Amino acid sequence: MDRAFLIKYGEIGVKGKNRYLFEDALIKQIQFALKKVEGEFAVRKEQGRIFVEAVSEFDYEGTLDSLKKVFGIVGICPMVSCEYGDYDVLEQHAVLYMQEHYQNRPLTFKVNARRAKKNFPLTSMEINAKIGEKLLQTMDHLKVDVHHPDVLLNIELRERIYFYSETIPGAGGMPIGTNGRATLLLSGGIDSPVAGYMIAKRGVELDAVYFHAPPYTSDRAKQKVVDLARLVSEYAGEIHLTVVNFTDIQMAIYEKCPHDELTIIMRRYMMKIAEDLAKKRNSQALITGESLGQVASQTIQSLFVTNEVCTLPVFRPLIGFDKQEIINISEKINTYETSILPFEDCCTIFVAKHPVTKPNLKAIKRSEQKLEGVIESLYQEAVSTAESILVGSEKIVS
Amino acid sequence: MEIYFDNSATTKCYESVKDVMVQALLCDYGNPSAMHRKGFEAEQLLKKARERFASILRGKAGEIFFTSGGTESNNLAILGAARANRRKGNKLITTSIEHPSVMMVMEQLEQEGFEIVKIPVDRYGILDWERLVKEVDQQTILVSVMQVNNEIGAVEPIEKIGRYLKQEAPASLFHVDAIQSFGKMRIAPKQMGVDLLSISGHKIHGPKGIGVLYVREGVRLLPVLYGGGQQMGLRSGTENVPGIVGMAKAAEEIYERIDEIERNLYELKDYFVDQVGKLPDVIVNGKTGRESAPHIVSVSFLGVRSEVLLHALEEKGIYVSAGSACSSHKSSKSPTLQAIGAKKEQLDSTLRFSFCAENTKEEIEKTMETLKELLPFLRKFQRR
Repeated sequence: MDRAFLIKYGEIGVKGKNRYLFEDALIKQIQFALKKVEGEFAVRKEQGRIFVEAVSEFDYEGTLDSLKKVFGIVGICPMVSCEYGDYDVLEQHAVLYMQEHYQNRPLTFKVNARRAKKNFPLTSMEINAKIGEKLLQTMDHLKVDVHHPDVLLNIELRERIYFYSETIPGAGGMPIGTNGRATLLLSGGIDSPVAGYMIAKRGVELDAVYFHAPPYTSDRAKQKVVDLARLVSEYAGEIHLTVVNFTDIQMAIYEKCPHDELTIIMRRYMMKIAEDLAKKRNSQALITGESLGQVASQTIQSLFVTNEVCTLPVFRPLIGFDKQEIINISEKINTYETSILPFEDCCTIFVAKHPVTKPNLKAIKRSEQKLEGVIESLYQEAVSTAESILVGSEKIVS
Repeated sequence: MEIYFDNSATTKCYESVKDVMVQALLCDYGNPSAMHRKGFEAEQLLKKARERFASILRGKAGEIFFTSGGTESNNLAILGAARANRRKGNKLITTSIEHPSVMMVMEQLEQEGFEIVKIPVDRYGILDWERLVKEVDQQTILVSVMQVNNEIGAVEPIEKIGRYLKQEAPASLFHVDAIQSFGKMRIAPKQMGVDLLSISGHKIHGPKGIGVLYVREGVRLLPVLYGGGQQMGLRSGTENVPGIVGMAKAAEEIYERIDEIERNLYELKDYFVDQVGKLPDVIVNGKTGRESAPHIVSVSFLGVRSEVLLHALEEKGIYVSAGSACSSHKSSKSPTLQAIGAKKEQLDSTLRFSFCAENTKEEIEKTMETLKELLPFLRKFQRR
């Protein structure tokens, strides 16, 4: 079994003088991801590479599954290593590696050696040629193909000698914690967990806000949101989730404002509250799962009106996505099954039969004036009584 | 304060039940089939439990079989009877308001080629007698009717059906789902002309995961589970001794004072119906008083969604269910309410209150106060 992994990272490799910051963040994320895995690991950085090595018995599949969820990793290469030595040692282990991994399969191959230690008596080209020849002699089902080999045997000569030939795709993106913090408006639906995932992928640490409306929404609906946050946290790390009791505000809007404007006014208050909570926690943007034209509150006119209450940038990573494209991602990140559980969320309870699709900002503001005198104290209460839940704390963020 | 009015969904376990179960788990833990003394002792517990149910049901110990609960009892009775009597006929009769553990089995048998007839009910949930008489014929091998409906508490004329079948279609078997009636009234299957009768442990303050199927002597069923041949081969699997002794203890406690319990429950229900009827825009579904089950009241609160009222009551510590609890994870409308011809606005706004003997008048008073507080407020906020 391969006991070490070479971690390939793309984008962060080109970050100039800040590069070490990104590398250190990635190492930290890898360490935290591996805390959940059975086994002990050494994670180290060496000349533009990150190595993960198991130093005890470990769960191979579990290690790969965890590493695949770390943003910033482009590829994971399972490796075999041996003590540094002369050419004979190198040759012996190269043959052993190929025999263990590719026994009895007719394949084409190519050898690609790299010397980090330049004092090895042979050049990389010489190693490639000699090892290739040896492999052809000892394993008759192998053929050389230098242009499109089935197997590219990489050999790296460092403090030890490493062999690897397979690259498992990673999650991509940038390490969590390298791009600040943003606050996700999380509902129980399909879209918002995906939106959170996509922004987290860019290295952003996530906070989340959920608007709860008892007795119109149940404990099960709330638990569903906590479960969704937990699923997203497998990628995004610990998520600070704030549950805001929104019932009274919703009732006040229902009583005082035109019914077809209910959803849009409600969403304006949600954005406002989310921004307040975000600022308190040094979060520098909001994230929503809105997709242009999906529902009445997501037309361009509606977005214009809801956006108007915010001063923070609002990230809408799904804005140009079709529903099916969003569903595909939610299936990939394993939130879909939870999202489709049939508990009502607070946006659907009082929804009008024909909500406005082209709200006018002036008209909406006029309607909101009717809330004056009532809404201020309800707003304060909603913010001050909000409940905080730390989700996914088994994986701590940097 | 916690007010639990969802006793038809499940009940709180009696303290005494817990005690006998702990004893069975920690001391009498032998496998009843084992040859040694530990096994013998466990077997004796089973025997006593069987005799207990036999005496309550006025039957014989050999007619009592233990299952994993009401659903399995209903499955075993219907699948077992239909498959064992396939050569005698092809027709199965039931009602349109059965629990899913009967209805879905019937639908499965329909797929397997049996003819299924669902007898409709009137607006009180009572089956259409004329229609039943018309449908019963020489092809009929099984009639399955619930004694008490779980959603509205309708009581079906079991004795009348039993007598009629014994006279007019003696080859047909009669199964009764007594899951909601057992523990609320006296039940004697043989005297009522019943061949198969299902009971569940957790509806009578016993544990979950245990039930009884009464199988009248001489009735042959095919098993559903195959294995070690326990319980005369009808229900393989090591007997759930702790569950069985717990359920038997619960049944014992209840049937020692069944008349008193029945009387108390009717008093509670009458009081509740009387009080709730005074609230505006309320419909009590089905019959009331002695013509209905002693412990179930179905009430439609017009203009309020049942789910919302349920959660609002929950916030005040009052636990009820919307329609039938078994349907709570499906958003579909209650088939029972549809079958009794409830109006569309009722389907969405009906709660079920179900009592146990430990409930009190004070709890009902508190509930009424809470309803008076909540209803006007909730009615103000409806989906427009």
